[in-house]
Amino acid sequence: MTKYEAVIGLEVHVELMTERKITCYCKNEFGAEPNVNTCPICLGMPGALPMLNRQVLEFAIKAGLACHCEIAPYAQMERKNYFYPDLPKAYQITQGQHPLCIGGYLDIETRAGKKRVRLNRIHIEEDAGKLIHLEGEGTLVDLNRAGVPLIEIVTEPDLSSPEEVDAFLRKIRAMVQYTGVSDGRMDRGSMRCDVNLSIRPAGTEELGTRTEMKNLNSFNFVTKALEHEYQRQVEILESGGVIEQETRRFDSATGTSSSLRSKEDATDYRYFPDPDLVPILVSPEEVAAIRATIPRLPDVRIEEYVERWELPEYDANLLTNDIRIADFFEAAAVHTNYPKIAANLIIADLLPGLAEEGDVPLAPEQLSVLSDLLGTEEINSNTGRKVFKAMISSQDPIDPLAYVEEHQLKQINDPEILAGYVEEALAASAKAVKDYRRGKEAALRSIIGQVMRATSGRANPILTEEMIKDKIAALPEPE
Amino acid sequence: MDMQKMNLTQMAKALRAGEFSAVELTRHYLAQIEAQDEAINAYITVTSDQALAQAAQVDRALMSGQDLPPLAGIPLALKDNICTEGILTTAASKMLSNFVPPYSAYVWLKLQEQMGVLLGKTNLDELALGTTTESSLFGPTKNPLDLTRIPGGSSGGSAAAVAAGTAAYALGTDTGGSVRLPAAHCGLVGMRPTYGLVSKRGVIPLASSMDMVGPLTRSLADNALVLNAIAGHDAQDATSADRAIPDFSAGLNKGVNGLRIGLTLDHLESKVTADFKAAVLKAAADLETAGAKIVELAPRQLESAFPTYYLLSSAEVSSGLGRLDGIHYGYRSSDYEDLEDIYYNSRSEGFGPEVKRRIMLGNFVLSADYYEAFYVKAQKVRTFIKNEFDKMLEQVDLILLPTTTDVTPKLGAKKSKEDTRNVNFFSVLAPLTGLPALSVPTDSRVENLPVSVQLIGPAFSEALLYQAGAAIMGGAGEETAQ
Repeated sequence: MTKYEAVIGLEVHVELMTERKITCYCKNEFGAEPNVNTCPICLGMPGALPMLNRQVLEFAIKAGLACHCEIAPYAQMERKNYFYPDLPKAYQITQGQHPLCIGGYLDIETRAGKKRVRLNRIHIEEDAGKLIHLEGEGTLVDLNRAGVPLIEIVTEPDLSSPEEVDAFLRKIRAMVQYTGVSDGRMDRGSMRCDVNLSIRPAGTEELGTRTEMKNLNSFNFVTKALEHEYQRQVEILESGGVIEQETRRFDSATGTSSSLRSKEDATDYRYFPDPDLVPILVSPEEVAAIRATIPRLPDVRIEEYVERWELPEYDANLLTNDIRIADFFEAAAVHTNYPKIAANLIIADLLPGLAEEGDVPLAPEQLSVLSDLLGTEEINSNTGRKVFKAMISSQDPIDPLAYVEEHQLKQINDPEILAGYVEEALAASAKAVKDYRRGKEAALRSIIGQVMRATSGRANPILTEEMIKDKIAALPEPE
Repeated sequence: MDMQKMNLTQMAKALRAGEFSAVELTRHYLAQIEAQDEAINAYITVTSDQALAQAAQVDRALMSGQDLPPLAGIPLALKDNICTEGILTTAASKMLSNFVPPYSAYVWLKLQEQMGVLLGKTNLDELALGTTTESSLFGPTKNPLDLTRIPGGSSGGSAAAVAAGTAAYALGTDTGGSVRLPAAHCGLVGMRPTYGLVSKRGVIPLASSMDMVGPLTRSLADNALVLNAIAGHDAQDATSADRAIPDFSAGLNKGVNGLRIGLTLDHLESKVTADFKAAVLKAAADLETAGAKIVELAPRQLESAFPTYYLLSSAEVSSGLGRLDGIHYGYRSSDYEDLEDIYYNSRSEGFGPEVKRRIMLGNFVLSADYYEAFYVKAQKVRTFIKNEFDKMLEQVDLILLPTTTDVTPKLGAKKSKEDTRNVNFFSVLAPLTGLPALSVPTDSRVENLPVSVQLIGPAFSEALLYQAGAAIMGGAGEETAQ
């Protein structure tokens, strides 16, 4: 990405985990039998009237406050009119001119550095139902999801790479998880993303023509779709073509995209204020009461981790993306003298395999003890990772102290014991010794390796290296 | 005493005194329907069996000496855009010709609490869009006072049933005049309550921001009694007013001494026939004789009231009727190959011409290019008109206006645009402002048909409207025009 830079804006939809739907009294739950959670209101029957669920407001305001938005003193629901079988009222209740949350921002950090991504707004709206197409049998409609509350988070076009978009989405997910308003799971569709992308010659200001890709439902697809669309637009411009403003569909299976509809075909949604729903008036007192229920957010925690535990900011970022991890790390860090070691273990071996939901599979006390063992050099780092992995995968809780004793994993730090192993290794490595003395540093590794093998990996590697070097230095000069 | 001539209070007394049973009373009305409705066509659906069962239940309760609500055992009719659980509710449209709602409108729930006996569902203009009850899927309703004339609309079936004595009272809905206009044409009392006083839940919407349910009765006292029963806060209607409900009949015998009543003479001059203007002035004189003070008003810019109403209601119609799409319920064309066909053919075949016209207009004024010029402008005018009324209601207690402007039209008569505009000019003022309006018959008659006037008052002034209405009709609210 050199000659052209990408300009990216997002619309992120997040399902709110309220008990009931947005304008009726049906349960809001994932995975129920089709059409179980429906009533005349969400089925759009004539004369049925919506009532705005106050919990939806509360959740949306929580998310808005976590994203530094201003909460509008006057908001209004509007109707977005269009026909589709998953939308039984033929309009979606959403917000247009008067959204609930205005402005705001989220800070992200990538390898390229820190960035503040401005938000345009966060508004509330209802989800549509689901169509299930059966080959040769027609299409079935499941309206359990019709009326499930959503927030739509709209950014300014402040993002410029797939990596930034990924970091931003993870930040959004962190925010909705921290505030408890959603599980933020893309695999279940509780978080979905529309991306708008245009390109322009690097260093210029004027925006190019943008395209939109809708309903991307995994972090991976978002990245792939962006890379693909960037490349497609570059190729068009390079070959002297013109980019059309259009909505495109990204096929995650083939990694290609196709045009869905052009600007000319865009529906006129005929937005207007929903006369069934009165304006939303939220008092400053209500906002303050909601603010008081928000837990410490990632930005605050990152600052703390950097100051109190001297973690690199990048690591602090990784630890705070998931509130389960952040809480777990903090609980472990206060009980060890080596919080940095605890952080490294989490980043290297716990984060990559952690399931999207459920508890962290070990207790923070286990990690505290293990970190101390490592910090005091009772065990070496290889052993430490082995024990940590065992603790993560074991059904029964593993006490690291007992485990190390039982499997005789303690590091050999005693020079007298090590001396014997070093002697043996040197005696068996005449060629390596010769090579090393000729300046081949790598030869030393094989001698250390022999000691490690002989001690089942328990030798203190630093001490071993020093002793080998000393011994070789003490040998008589070769002929 | 003849059941047919009794008012609701007398019926309630007679039931408790054992003069006749609720079943007997119901049988009387069912017989009247049998005898008269073929000629009048007020009913779309008659629910004889349910009615008799409900009446029998009331009789059992009466026998056991229970203290029953005022309307217990009294047979009523509901306009067929008011949903009734398990009973066909068509809104007189092909689109809903097979629709049996699994829920009841709030007002029907309230009348069931009263142990009311439902005789059936009454005719209306298709989806309540109209003022004549001629555009119904089930054919026009005729005016019982003169079978060659319209009953007014859109609640024409409800009005005709009460006027013919085929229901003791009825509910209609009023978006742009649909309770008051048929009340006037049929010589009845018709109330459009303050927006929010009665819940709209379960009423098939025309324009949600203006729809209201109101009673059609033969006397003011009857009307107040029914309004007492259906008014109240509904936590499931966001536009429902959360306030205490007074006894609306409390002022009926208080008279109008000292009340200030406003008249807009300009409008009487330009929009009303001479006979009808005379009737309004006669009503004003009657009020003055009874002690009221008549104040001349000169509101600004009310001329745009009807176009404003027409734009805003059409906008809401176009959106609100979108759900009648042939997918989930209602009429679906049998002629389709794909989704587009289902929508296009079902709606083309299912809606009548007036409904289509309003949907088209509504889509136009809401479209991105015209939204500001029409919809937003109309909203501003609506606010302006509301402010004008608030100002007028600082000078006077109530405003006296005509309900209709000319003699009741013959069935099938083509109305000029001018007539439509004039009639609707007076009827849309209350819906646009949300204020309550009461139509009462005067003692003037034109071509031997009754002439009505309407009173508009401040929000939630229904009791005061009945009070002043009594001075126009004479007596203390027990009188009828027939």
